[in-house]
Amino acid sequence: MIRISKRGSISRGKALLIRASAIVLAILFCALLTMITTGKNPVDVFSSVIAGSFGTKRKFWLFLQNTAILLCISLAVTPAFKMRCWNLGAEGQVLTGAMAAAACMVLMPETLPNWVVLLTMTVSSIAAGALWAAIPAYFKAKFNTNETLFTLMMNYVATQVVAFFCVKWENPKGSCKIGVINQKSHSGWMPEVGNKYLLVILAVVLVTVFMYFYLNYTKHGYELSVVGESERTARYIGIKVNRVILRTMCLSGAICGLAGLLLVGCINHTVSTSLAGGQGFTAVMVSWLAKFNPLVMVFTSGLLIFMSTGAGEIATNCGLNRAFGDLLSSVLIFFIIGSEFFINYQISFHKKNREVRKDV
Amino acid sequence: MKKLIALLLSLALCLALVACGGAKKEETKTEEPAPAGEAAPAEESAPAEESAPAAESSIKVGLVCLHDETSGYDKNFIDAFNEACEKAGVEGIIKKNVEESQAAYDAAAELADAGCAVVISDSYGHQGFMLEAAKEFPDVQFTACTGDTALNDGVENFHNAFATIYEGRYLAGIAAGMKLNEMIENGEFTAEEAKIGYVGAMPYAEVKSGYTSFYLGAKSVCPTVTMDVIFTGSWYDETLEKEGADSLIKGGCKLISQHADSMGAPNACEAAGVPNVSYNGSTQTACPNTYIVSSRINWEPYFTYVIECAKNGEGYDTDWCGTIATESVLLTELNESVIAEGTAEKIEEAKAALADGTLKVFDCATWTVDGETLESYTDSWGMNGAECIADGAFNESSLRSAPYFDIAIDGINVLE
Repeated sequence: MIRISKRGSISRGKALLIRASAIVLAILFCALLTMITTGKNPVDVFSSVIAGSFGTKRKFWLFLQNTAILLCISLAVTPAFKMRCWNLGAEGQVLTGAMAAAACMVLMPETLPNWVVLLTMTVSSIAAGALWAAIPAYFKAKFNTNETLFTLMMNYVATQVVAFFCVKWENPKGSCKIGVINQKSHSGWMPEVGNKYLLVILAVVLVTVFMYFYLNYTKHGYELSVVGESERTARYIGIKVNRVILRTMCLSGAICGLAGLLLVGCINHTVSTSLAGGQGFTAVMVSWLAKFNPLVMVFTSGLLIFMSTGAGEIATNCGLNRAFGDLLSSVLIFFIIGSEFFINYQISFHKKNREVRKDV
Repeated sequence: MKKLIALLLSLALCLALVACGGAKKEETKTEEPAPAGEAAPAEESAPAEESAPAAESSIKVGLVCLHDETSGYDKNFIDAFNEACEKAGVEGIIKKNVEESQAAYDAAAELADAGCAVVISDSYGHQGFMLEAAKEFPDVQFTACTGDTALNDGVENFHNAFATIYEGRYLAGIAAGMKLNEMIENGEFTAEEAKIGYVGAMPYAEVKSGYTSFYLGAKSVCPTVTMDVIFTGSWYDETLEKEGADSLIKGGCKLISQHADSMGAPNACEAAGVPNVSYNGSTQTACPNTYIVSSRINWEPYFTYVIECAKNGEGYDTDWCGTIATESVLLTELNESVIAEGTAEKIEEAKAALADGTLKVFDCATWTVDGETLESYTDSWGMNGAECIADGAFNESSLRSAPYFDIAIDGINVLE
């Protein structure tokens, strides 16, 4: 009765329409779910979700800042993904970058001029992130190891390294937490530009523009997409595949390291094992949903942050558990991912003659 | 296909309208003082607003919580906060599930933005971030409860508060010791086998002071008692706490207590039939056959004090310490079906002695380190070498409200 067939191609407008309707259906479904399970007015719940990101000026800035961080990590994993190299180690790469920055803050004397500390932090964060990605990349290039498992395992190593230093530099003794670093001297704190949030946003805007051009208009960008399409072709036309893999993974890790730097230097001024908060994995979704297009990622990362902030807001405003908010955002994500099916496949019903073609 | 799309499109349009309506409502909503925006039980906030005379309800107070009501620790704060707000007729706003990261600063700043005169946080790890917010909003008073740096920070509107919970734990320890005595008398084990197990969260002064005072309370009635301690490394980890309690029971512990926030340990005790002294609130309903008593900090007196000061536009103590006398330290009801005979009387006796100063929890005559009695101790972490032993006792919580007793005494073994 129902036939599923692969679409040849789909117009941009049509694809957009399918995605939009998926979001609408998801919202409808969420509303239904809310009414049935909690008896609350779904409009109230949704308005809380909106208030979570746009309710006040500060909330809006926070929304932008959090989006920027997620976007930064998503941009980081994108070149590797485009090369069909599944870097699932963003979480660990962000953590090592953050750890490196925090280490500089803890170890460097507070009397040094701040720009020296900041420069050292920047260099070491980016280097640490790149190194953390280079290790699995080297083994993939050299021995063709599985980068998915390798990068995943590097995450655990990174978490344990951070845990180790949290105990080593704990404050107070026994709390297993580093606490705010250099709270009095502000050594290693990034300067405020305009307000607390703007610097992170500006930095990520630059990264976004850079990544867009890097992927679309540079030789490197071209090479990595050829490697992604077909390694043999790449070899045939004289691309040094191993070098591209190493280079791309290093770039991926370096941008993750930068995200770590922003998290420590601009935002938290401390490090903990939960600093990245799973964003290394959320970034995978952001990148995929945007089809590896850096500009579209601005929207996908914004959407995911919007939903998760909304989930928290529901917990505060409607007296519902945070879990309920998470439930709603998963419904939304499920619908969005599900809509890809309708973009790639079409469903036709058997009685074909009854389909009216008004537009012909 | 086209039909389907047309259908979806019209649906989309309908919803877009609904969504817009929602958004507009939201705008007007935020203008009002965040209506149901706090106090999870909606009925709680409504009467508070109504009962408040117009003039008095002009201030707002905010609370930043690490978890929500599912954690006993946070529930203890939330209940006290709601009670204090209702009593004073002011509006309270609660932010739940705020991590110990920059999120704590953001939450505190949002509360200050919303016009709160006082912002309070409930977890130790919020402290540094609260301090940052305090520097930025000099006209708003900030308190990091259970924190310890305010005395040294020199920021006028930044405060700490704690209570002499070690006294409560000492009293609870007496109930534990009495129970052990009863079990010894019944021939369940010998006096030498009397061993308490303690599930601690983090190995730092707050927890060490807690289990040591509990131990000393038990020892005051059951002199042969020893104690094994394990740490979970987390404030809330139900699995680890349960496993910890189980392993302590297997290791020969006859009674369990804990300083961690989940029901892990009490539930493990109920399953194994081992008596349990709880923390932060009664666990009698869940563990009717093993729950003995629980000690907790009652934050309501502090919150009321702070709100009164804020109403009058005054600052308040930089470092406040509640006591049994201020009703900041409470014992929950004794479980009559589990406790040993005479427990209530014994506790009352000790309580009176604590109040008139004839009894000191950390009396140096009652504990030793490597067999020696200490006469001087200047190594408490974060106390800058201050002498902590005076008049033959460790003067816990008198130099600073947050506990600083971090000595490993004889009779307590920390298991790795």
